[in-house]
Amino acid sequence: MVPFGGWEMPVYYSSIVAEHHAVRQRVGLFDVSHMGELIVSGPDAEIFLNRVLTNDVSKCAAGRAQYTFLCNEQGGIRDDLVLYWLEPMRFLLLVNASNVEKDFAWLREHASGDVTVENHHGEIATVSLQGPLAAKLVPAPAATLAIFHIAAFDVCSVRCWVARTGYTGEDGFELLCAIGDVMRLWNELLAHGAPLGIQPCGLGARDTLRLEMCYPLHGQDITDATTPLEAGLGRFVAMDKTDFIGRDALVEQKARGLTRKLVPFQMTEKAPPPRSHYPLLAEGRRIGEITSGAPSPSLGIGIGMGYVEMDAAAPGTQIGVDIRGRTFAAVVETKPLWKKNK
Amino acid sequence: MNVPTNLRYAKSHEWVRVEGDTAVVGISDHAQHELSDIVYVEPPNVGDSVETGKECAVIESVKAASDIYTPVSGEVIAANTALANHPELVNQDPYGQGWLFKVKMSDPGEVDELLQPDEYVSHIGE
Repeated sequence: MVPFGGWEMPVYYSSIVAEHHAVRQRVGLFDVSHMGELIVSGPDAEIFLNRVLTNDVSKCAAGRAQYTFLCNEQGGIRDDLVLYWLEPMRFLLLVNASNVEKDFAWLREHASGDVTVENHHGEIATVSLQGPLAAKLVPAPAATLAIFHIAAFDVCSVRCWVARTGYTGEDGFELLCAIGDVMRLWNELLAHGAPLGIQPCGLGARDTLRLEMCYPLHGQDITDATTPLEAGLGRFVAMDKTDFIGRDALVEQKARGLTRKLVPFQMTEKAPPPRSHYPLLAEGRRIGEITSGAPSPSLGIGIGMGYVEMDAAAPGTQIGVDIRGRTFAAVVETKPLWKKNK
Repeated sequence: MNVPTNLRYAKSHEWVRVEGDTAVVGISDHAQHELSDIVYVEPPNVGDSVETGKECAVIESVKAASDIYTPVSGEVIAANTALANHPELVNQDPYGQGWLFKVKMSDPGEVDELLQPDEYVSHIGE
């Protein structure tokens, strides 16, 4: 168990690799109750959220979800989150554990009009059921939900918001319920999933699965000091919508051009696993550093992401990773690193 | 956890098996279990001079890189080359095929400073 955003979290239940493969091949269950659930409601909620979030809320709809950023005035990423549009005037923001209080304060500070912002962290629990067999473990109507849609269902006799979302690159669902019901939901899902080879999964597998998909982790790959454009996530920023916090800075950055970019890479020779903060090199010169790195269980080789100078950002660029003073060869890749149909 | 009674242990979870003036060094069953999924082992170079309590090797699991400290001083006379292609041996057989390196001890008396098996069991809280 390790401390994570104020919660005690298991890194693994059996082994990171076994849990990782269970999700890619069968189904895994993650307890992600450490994530924060903020609820924004009221007649002006949509207008307000469009002013603080980068993506265009108007292009979402009740019963759907949207990946988006909360940026500061400089365009830096305060947090990344999934916005769930629960009911016409009610939104749930699933935010990172370590940012809950910060996000809650920011939203309250900027709230205007007829809007209520509530922090339900610790009252709502979230479990994530992920893998190609996940749909066999939810009720039939929930199994027909389209990707990035959300609706309420009873799962194992527990009332849940069920969303077809996740952080693994596999099909799957996130189930939100009252914290008092989550033990029952967890145990029942594991019991029903046993014949399918379900595996409870910890933070370790969550990290290797998301890294293979190049999904960023806030605090590592994206921070207050990096923008969505630098992170290669500009498609989640609606420059053409109404004004939003950070827009001016992002418009300016886009016009000026980027000086660095977050790129995925893969080792091309046998090497120790790449890790956060190891220097990235090109022709012997430092061009950036790793923000996330790990041995990829699916690919059987070291992978990672890091910010590099623009000259080295194109896929196919040969780069080096400095690991304890020795340079190992790697290549800049395209996203995602794990390509299912390859 | 398996804690063989014929070995001595360091608080940092390495074990030592004494063979004359040579110490065979590895990591404990408890340590391999905590690290989980070992994917890379960087042993010391043969001929290196190593000093008790100093880091001399690196074991990498999926999650992190961990330094290995030599429990005895002396000269490295062998390193387990099988681990280059089969690092998982450290998980599967930590006291046998997963041994890390051998040291020709400069002061065999250092072994007496290491934990007895029962002391190591208490140390890992079992």
